[in-house]
Amino acid sequence: MIRSAAKALMIRDLRLIWRRRGDALQPALFALLVVVLFALALGGEARELAKVAAAVLWLAVLLAGLLALDTLFRGDADDGSLEQWLLAPVPLAWLVLVRTSMHWATTALPLLVATPFLAELLHLPHEQLPVLLASLALGTPLLSLLGAVVAALTVGMRRSGILIALLALPLYVPILVFGAGSVAAAGQGLDPVGALLLLGAGLVLALVLAPLAAAAAIRIALD
Amino acid sequence: MSEFEPTHPPLLSARGLAFARNEQPVFGPLDFSVDAGEALLVQGDNGAGKTTLLRVLAGLLQADAGEVSIDGRAATASLRSRAVSYMGHLPALKSDLTALENLDFLCGLHGRRRGQLPGNAMAIVGLAGYEDTLVRQLSAGQKRRLSLARLWLAPSPLWLLDEPYANLDLDGINLVNRMVQAHLRDGGAALLTTHGAYAAPPVRTRMLVLGRAVANA
Repeated sequence: MIRSAAKALMIRDLRLIWRRRGDALQPALFALLVVVLFALALGGEARELAKVAAAVLWLAVLLAGLLALDTLFRGDADDGSLEQWLLAPVPLAWLVLVRTSMHWATTALPLLVATPFLAELLHLPHEQLPVLLASLALGTPLLSLLGAVVAALTVGMRRSGILIALLALPLYVPILVFGAGSVAAAGQGLDPVGALLLLGAGLVLALVLAPLAAAAAIRIALD
Repeated sequence: MSEFEPTHPPLLSARGLAFARNEQPVFGPLDFSVDAGEALLVQGDNGAGKTTLLRVLAGLLQADAGEVSIDGRAATASLRSRAVSYMGHLPALKSDLTALENLDFLCGLHGRRRGQLPGNAMAIVGLAGYEDTLVRQLSAGQKRRLSLARLWLAPSPLWLLDEPYANLDLDGINLVNRMVQAHLRDGGAALLTTHGAYAAPPVRTRMLVLGRAVANA
């Protein structure tokens, strides 16, 4: 039952993404715009860019994720799908986890794939690229999971754009600090593993707790 | 559906059920029960609390007082999820998916009654030929019919139908009645809300009339 519900939800989300592929591309395009505009604004000076490349990439990915956050449960709340999730013989937290994973896979994963190219655009030193990719691979799911809690908390409100940003940003700051910090440490010849391990620990914790918290928030929001 | 024989305790019973929103009573305390093979017609004016009652019974809202039991046992979330199907005002359909894709998803979520296929259910509700039509292109009545198909596929014995006749033509109203009749014959039960008795299924029916709950009292 749990497996078939997850599979049904994944297939549904993939179909929906495909039907609205223009909208689905929005976060990726946004991140690309940020990176390109930043490179232009800094004047394409390779040494200057290399210094800030990791921070800019992290910021672009984080803001793109924030942009897509409101769509996580909004559509399902508006058309009554969330009600049916609540009534399904499957734990709501499980459905939330599957939905959040799909959301991550369709908004953050394409960015992760594009990161090597964007990094090239910003003249990121090649030896820092693996650290950047590792920090993003650990950090973006964590962003999505924390974002899911925030999106669930605000799903009962009609317009929640600014509230989502205000609620999510403080939670995102430590992730940004450790994520971008790990690459900066690698750039200075220090060991980035500590920061990456912290991100990993946060991810494990969030994988367990965030769906439960988001499910509880959805129950309250639909009350 | 053999586990819900008519010899069992009532399929659904409520005792002293009451709900208040912001200290204002919405309905209750109510006592009623529905046996397998029966329909309960919940009537009342707009704002009398019909939808709220159904949402409480479905478990979407917490009652303030009273207890609900399903098949003789106190209703827990897991018992409800297996025994209850709820059709509310919101269609729970994704407008960017086709009719059949929507049914596939909802069957995956709720499980499927043995021997029933989404294709058959679409034919039963008169949507044959619309399988690959996007739901956004269906009319309100057709969407309602698709929700009925979803209900037909669900394995639960207890149907909670909020205004099932809304948006339906005469043929659709007959369809709802036929479906309820067939479901009750299989040992199920149904709660229907309407604001008038203009269309009741030809089955053993109980009535529950909700008044406007002591407003301004």
